[in-house]
Amino acid sequence: MSTSHTPGNGGPTGDITLDEICVVALAEAFRGDGETLCNPMGSVPVIAGRLARATFEPDLMLTDTIAYAIEGNLPLGGNPSDATIEAYMPFRSIFDQVWSGKRHVVMGAPQIDRHGNQNFAAIGDDYSHPKVQLLGMRGAPGNVINHATTYWVPTQARSFVESVDVVSGPGYDAVARLPEPSRRYHDIRRIVTDLGAYDFETDDGTLRVRSLHPGVTLKQAQEASAFELTVTGDIPESRHPTDEELHLIREVFDPSGVRKSEFR
Amino acid sequence: MADKRMTEDEVVAELESGMTIGIGGWGSRRKPMSLVRAILRSDLTDLHVVSYGGPDVGILTAAGKCRKVTYGFVSLDSIPLEPHFRAVRQGGLLPDFMELDEGAFYLGLMAAAHRVPFYPTRAGLGSSMLANNPELRTVVSPYDDGEELVAIPAFEMDAAIIHMNRADQKGNGQFLGPDIYFDDLFAMAGEKTYLSAEQIIPTDDFLKEGPVHTLRIPRTHVDGVVEAPMGAHFTECPPDYGRDEAFQRDYAATAKDPELWAQFRTDWLELESHEAYRTKLEERSAS
Repeated sequence: MSTSHTPGNGGPTGDITLDEICVVALAEAFRGDGETLCNPMGSVPVIAGRLARATFEPDLMLTDTIAYAIEGNLPLGGNPSDATIEAYMPFRSIFDQVWSGKRHVVMGAPQIDRHGNQNFAAIGDDYSHPKVQLLGMRGAPGNVINHATTYWVPTQARSFVESVDVVSGPGYDAVARLPEPSRRYHDIRRIVTDLGAYDFETDDGTLRVRSLHPGVTLKQAQEASAFELTVTGDIPESRHPTDEELHLIREVFDPSGVRKSEFR
Repeated sequence: MADKRMTEDEVVAELESGMTIGIGGWGSRRKPMSLVRAILRSDLTDLHVVSYGGPDVGILTAAGKCRKVTYGFVSLDSIPLEPHFRAVRQGGLLPDFMELDEGAFYLGLMAAAHRVPFYPTRAGLGSSMLANNPELRTVVSPYDDGEELVAIPAFEMDAAIIHMNRADQKGNGQFLGPDIYFDDLFAMAGEKTYLSAEQIIPTDDFLKEGPVHTLRIPRTHVDGVVEAPMGAHFTECPPDYGRDEAFQRDYAATAKDPELWAQFRTDWLELESHEAYRTKLEERSAS
């Protein structure tokens, strides 16, 4: 294990930047997954999945986002034909994989509430005439009720809302109303934002502060939330990348810094 | 053996206003665009389109051809949300729609293909998918587990249109790209199915083009075959061609302005034939 970098005076975390802290926090969401299809959406989550496999979770399966599961450390935007294909994963197989349960997805969440209800479908009260049409339901309803789900929220202050306009991915209060067999695979593993990492390891299924990124106070995280954050015990600082992880993020997976464009 | 070759306009002549029409492909990938444009320039109206939507849904809804769309999503892939469809939704201009989880959509296709009324799934439980679609019902397992599941209804279709890389004149179809998507299910679900292909070849030549598992559309489910080189343009149709991203950007930009959209329709989408479209495309790439 290489030594961690420590924050300096050059910024909030010295030479380690926020995007790298977020990549590591998302990679941590996959810890313990073993032989699972890791299916991240977005550049920071994709780097996180590849980073987890390259370091502490070597058995993860990852796709090239087209139709193949691939081996090796493919850079972001790299040519999948340079990689070794280990399995055929057309869309139909992805859905089969969803329902079989051996999958952990990372999706975005333009709106998310304290019970983990996610909305990336549309903004506005009238679904037949939305103020802003977003992605629609996509795969969220099926993903979230069938297997592990993590959300990536680059701007917490915009996304942590009191209530969502549409439930695309159901949260803990929504599935609590279902009979037990229907909710047995529901598992929102983690929410990673620009301020911290959150989970639902609480008795009442509310969003708990798991760690805060370097330099972020609980007060700041609370002010960037439209609901009360659940706190249990001391809140650790989010883990810093190791030297090996920094090398992989900066030199191997994303040398051109595409990941930084998700913070806007 | 029947020779099922037809033109785009002959296919459209067999369709009627009010019909439910399934459209194969996925987002901006291997869409039967020459047939979609033939529908656009026809007087067909009041359609119910069933699709993993891309520019097919964007074009037909923006042109006011649809009374209803059943979809898993509507995307141009490299542009995550179809901008014409976004404008239609935000304008409240689509009379009716059924938006489903994209995996659940696969089950609606499969139920129609297999002629059963529904397939069950957990997808939708706890989400707004049920509240937004009051016609969706749940079922309780008849076995001891007693689990409640969403019953995704069969997407019964009057007609389906799909685009393949190769076909023979009898209606057998071959895909040569990485993914067939759900086109085999669309073919089975359609009361009538029309298949366009980049090239119609002798049956003997199929295995020169690709391995046997690429022969996924059997002629029992195909009523008409249209030879349409560049028939999926501007969506991708690998290995024959990739997506025409420049053209797609031009198309997407016209969603902002009704005049630009009308001009684009005249210039490209409502040309009198696929041949005219191809000729104009060649001029564009030469300039």
